[in-house]
Amino acid sequence: MISNAKPGWMSRQARNALLGPLFDRNPITHYVLGICIALAVTASLQTTLIMCMAVTAVLCGSNTIISAMRHQIPSSVRIIVQITVIASLVIVVDQFIKAYAYDLSKSLSVFVGLIITNCIILGRVEAFAMKNPPWLSFLDGLGNGLGYSLVLIIVATIRELLGSGTLLGYTVLPSAYEGGWYVPNGMLLLPPSAFFIIGLLIWAANSFRSGKG
Amino acid sequence: MLEYINLFIKAVFIENMVLALFLGMCPFLAVSKRVETALGLGLAVIMVQTITVPINNLIFQYLLQDGSWGWAGLPGLDMRFLGLVIYVGVIAAVVQIVEMVLDRDFPALQQTLGIFLPLITVNCAILGASLFMVERDYDFSQSIVYGLGTGVGWTLAIVILAAIRERLKYANVPAGLDGPGIIFIMAGLMSLGFMSFSGIRL
Repeated sequence: MISNAKPGWMSRQARNALLGPLFDRNPITHYVLGICIALAVTASLQTTLIMCMAVTAVLCGSNTIISAMRHQIPSSVRIIVQITVIASLVIVVDQFIKAYAYDLSKSLSVFVGLIITNCIILGRVEAFAMKNPPWLSFLDGLGNGLGYSLVLIIVATIRELLGSGTLLGYTVLPSAYEGGWYVPNGMLLLPPSAFFIIGLLIWAANSFRSGKG
Repeated sequence: MLEYINLFIKAVFIENMVLALFLGMCPFLAVSKRVETALGLGLAVIMVQTITVPINNLIFQYLLQDGSWGWAGLPGLDMRFLGLVIYVGVIAAVVQIVEMVLDRDFPALQQTLGIFLPLITVNCAILGASLFMVERDYDFSQSIVYGLGTGVGWTLAIVILAAIRERLKYANVPAGLDGPGIIFIMAGLMSLGFMSFSGIRL
């Protein structure tokens, strides 16, 4: 759209929009947003990866579209417009997963649909895309999506590796039930462990940040 | 009757929206500083939940389900893919209507719940309950019980967490863990507690 408002292809601002959310302004450990689905799918790494791709795709798409429309949206009805755009994108992603990975879509159950109410997406659209040009908003969406995925993948790796001794379904730590040496910690597959791991990750991120500053 | 009681207990305790399914976490963490506000938000959630889940159930049965347009001469029409956008629309509309009705007829209640109502549109627990209702094929009366149960379960969890957080002010929490970190660990302990309800059936 507005080509003269577009910053350089990889200006400092653009780099900041992309890389900032990865560590310093990570959506999960810093803003504590979008936890809802983050915890529900992390019992296995495979579903987590699909979920991360879905969230990142929706984030990039909704940020770009809303940013391109931002001068046309009346501020009184902007939330409805934003939610409609997000919901349409989620429907596309949902149908895509159903078409190409039907078994996975069964194990993700309702959680793909719940991306609509993921606070990160509405939060980024409202806080960033409504004020910035499309290219920057796309990078911001990508950065936040990757930052979100980073935390999810860490949590899922811990839960799947220690909870069932596998990664992506392949045996890494042979479990004692099948003649190996590792006794899986079943609690890591249950809901409470997800809370503990995220809590400890936030602690680690906070200590790291305050130590650095 | 027993079936409905079972469903209610399952929705409140065994499959608690927050502690077992992780839905509605954002307001659960953000609005749990004081018991009174937590209770206010909880009541608003119960109200919206009990209205939206049955409405979405009717919409699903009569407008979206495969073959539900047979009466109009379109037996092959399957509109299920439109579900997501319609459920969100219904939730946003119901929240708006509830707000207007409260404003007109119950100003006292509006004073307490008013600020929380807009927050509910983006509460995953509300959309989540509608989606689970569709996935599990609940009929109309089951959906009423399920909506009420999930709302009550969510309220129960947020009120308990708020009460714990009020006591937590006097605890000596390590520097980096203070804030969201310790709340997650509290929620984890609560979730562990709620797991002991699993397997209860009447």
